[in-house]
Amino acid sequence: VSEELNRGREVFREEACELLAELENCLLELEESPDNKEMIERAFRAMHTLKGSGSMFGFDAIANLTHEAETVYDLVRKGRMKVTRELVDLSFRVIDRIQVMIGRKEKGTSADNAEIEEIILSFKTFLSSSLTQHQEERKKFIPSGDLEVMRKETSVTYRIFFQPDPDVFLKGFNLILMLNELAQLGRCTPVAHSDGIPDLEQIDPEACYTSWDVLLSTTKGINAVKDVFLFIENNCQLSIHSIDRSGILDSEEAHKHLSSILFERRELNEQDVEKILSAGRSADVLHKTKNRESEQQSTAPLQKIANSSTAQLPEVSSIRVAVQKLDKLVNLVGELVTVQARLSQAVAFRDDPEMHLIAEATERLTDELRESTMNIRLVPIGTIFNRFRRLVRDLSNELGKEVEFFTGGGETELDKNVIEKLHDPLVHIIRNSIDHGIETPEIRIKRGKKRSGMLHLSAEYSGANVLIKIKDDGAGIDPEIIRKDAVEKGLIKEDAALSERDILSVIFLPGFSTSEKVTKVSGRGVGLDIVKRSIDALLGVVDIQSKKGSETTITMRIPLTLAIIEGLLLKVGNNQYIVPLSAVEECIELTREDTAAAHGRHMINVRGKIVPYISLREIFQTAGNSPEIEQIVIAELNGRRIGLVVDHVIGEHQTVIKSLGRVYRDIDLVSGATILGNGKVAIILNIPKIIEYMESEEMTGAETN
Amino acid sequence: MMIKEGMMSKRILIVDDSASMRQMINFTLSAAGYDVSEAEDGMDALKKMNGEPVHMIIADINMPNMDGIELTRKIRTHADYKFIPIIILTTESQSSLKQEGKSAGATGWIVKPFSPEQLISVVKKVLG
Repeated sequence: VSEELNRGREVFREEACELLAELENCLLELEESPDNKEMIERAFRAMHTLKGSGSMFGFDAIANLTHEAETVYDLVRKGRMKVTRELVDLSFRVIDRIQVMIGRKEKGTSADNAEIEEIILSFKTFLSSSLTQHQEERKKFIPSGDLEVMRKETSVTYRIFFQPDPDVFLKGFNLILMLNELAQLGRCTPVAHSDGIPDLEQIDPEACYTSWDVLLSTTKGINAVKDVFLFIENNCQLSIHSIDRSGILDSEEAHKHLSSILFERRELNEQDVEKILSAGRSADVLHKTKNRESEQQSTAPLQKIANSSTAQLPEVSSIRVAVQKLDKLVNLVGELVTVQARLSQAVAFRDDPEMHLIAEATERLTDELRESTMNIRLVPIGTIFNRFRRLVRDLSNELGKEVEFFTGGGETELDKNVIEKLHDPLVHIIRNSIDHGIETPEIRIKRGKKRSGMLHLSAEYSGANVLIKIKDDGAGIDPEIIRKDAVEKGLIKEDAALSERDILSVIFLPGFSTSEKVTKVSGRGVGLDIVKRSIDALLGVVDIQSKKGSETTITMRIPLTLAIIEGLLLKVGNNQYIVPLSAVEECIELTREDTAAAHGRHMINVRGKIVPYISLREIFQTAGNSPEIEQIVIAELNGRRIGLVVDHVIGEHQTVIKSLGRVYRDIDLVSGATILGNGKVAIILNIPKIIEYMESEEMTGAETN
Repeated sequence: MMIKEGMMSKRILIVDDSASMRQMINFTLSAAGYDVSEAEDGMDALKKMNGEPVHMIIADINMPNMDGIELTRKIRTHADYKFIPIIILTTESQSSLKQEGKSAGATGWIVKPFSPEQLISVVKKVLG
């Protein structure tokens, strides 16, 4: 059971995280519109569930904490209290606390406890100050007679009169079970009175007309007897009297005698009891044998009416799966894709139509399987967007700024792993925007802007990528200041001819920090290079645009998934390379004449546009001579186009990305490798890095000229 | 002719929006030999019951879409299920809700937090 309990706790932790997120969203909504009934209801429910489940799984501190919060929100829900700023702040503290508590298993430090105490106290004072007349009902009913059992040596005999309400069956009661329960307590003799049953014509088969007199001799105490009727006590007439405490009536004869009296007269007076009691010793009890109906129930046969239509609702069901299981599935699918490629290749060289069919069917299935598997891992990015609302709120409070936060495209789906890795970079960028970008209300008004700044966070699909944009209408970035700074720090040369865009991208270099002063919020000595590195790790690209004085937009372009991509397979000498198909614009031929016409410059005219190109043979120093006609693959990224010169373009390839391992960590022109159908390895090219590499080559080339 | 109900395994439907709660109750009741199914809220419960044999319902009060009280009302008007016991889950701060549940037709209640023993004793009490 303890193992089961632990598993339950794990589920609870996950669930608690979701509930806390839900609560947080509700609170943020409530802060905007304190009378939003639906949000109040949802907040209450979240706390209620947290409390209930928390105490089930032994998180008593969580239960205590949420109990107070729940009490307050219950009153809010009933319209007896208002949502105030203080209440929302206090509730946020509850969320933070619980997050700490579930993260740190059961035991908290004494400092935790102190804070919990303090929060609870705050809630209580909150309650008493805003609602003096409120009195909490604290009745606790736990139907367990065992807790109060007083073991008595001698049994007590009770006379119980019990008349259920006619509609008692419609409350789900089973009277036989109750009589059985009584019988388990000791010697029990029920007497049923059927005289209330009407004539057949008037009978309602669903109603109860019977009442009972029960003689019960038990040692379990009155509470155990009352517990039997715990649920039904408001749906019946019930009287329980003890008629003897000496134990003498606890005999078959005594029960028989008394029950027959009850059956005849429905009354039991003191003389009757006294008579039996005195006679009890003489063991000569009058026998009267009369029919005794013991247990009776008027459950008439219920007609089963054919099922009428029940509300048809769209099926929305989901299951929770551990991420590791999904990762494993993705890996397996990756392997399968590789094997399938081998199969296709092996079959291609055979004259075996049947095998061809099988290979094609396998390919189709594998494609579908791959697609579906990737889909499983996709989650809407809105899940992390919501987390930032809290961040924005706290930050702007802390910095004395007013920020309106908008999100868009929250339904855009990305690989779960990717989304999680996006969290930190986004936090970094948002911090920067609020800290350095958006001005204080005073300055904004002086500059003729709206008092509160705007921060837009949005996501959208763009081919096989997702674009995530963070836009603020703050001070923008002055390229001149960046340039000066960068020159001072030796990041760029003083006379380097750089476009504004290039200068702005300097802020992503390690060692660069835009802030003039170090603040608590974003000046932590780490620049935006962290962001760039994280996005690079996701094979993404980050780009910045800014209008001095009015806005800054940071755009991140992230591939949909990390595990399998559509690639274009290229060949140079004996080496094979993969370029993500999403980056490829077109392939054109490069003849010797073209090269000669360019006079040694690596430029080609593509329908009127000059595109610089670079030979993979040169980059990777491949042995051998290039063929007469080479191929140029034109890749495009953020408006920059480059050409990659290769010997042959082989074709599309489902690429399962494998990392190259630590040894190749520093080679950034390559983002991974894949295994081809024939078992050979192909290198996956990192296009953004190659573009950077080319540009730096050009620059150094320009300088040496 | 009376069919002995005790002979077949009894089916209990747990209705709670908390997965951990459902899991806990499910485990306890399954271990005690009951046939258990789960639903996330009142709507879901009604959908899942649809014609299936269900002998008892354990339902939370606070749930999205359809709460436990509304569910109880609905079940009490349903020809197939109107006689089955319904136990509602409450917390001690909700005794007014408990009353509301009772008048909607709930058979009994369990106060959270409860132990597996308490749960079993309540189920035995109303279902046998």
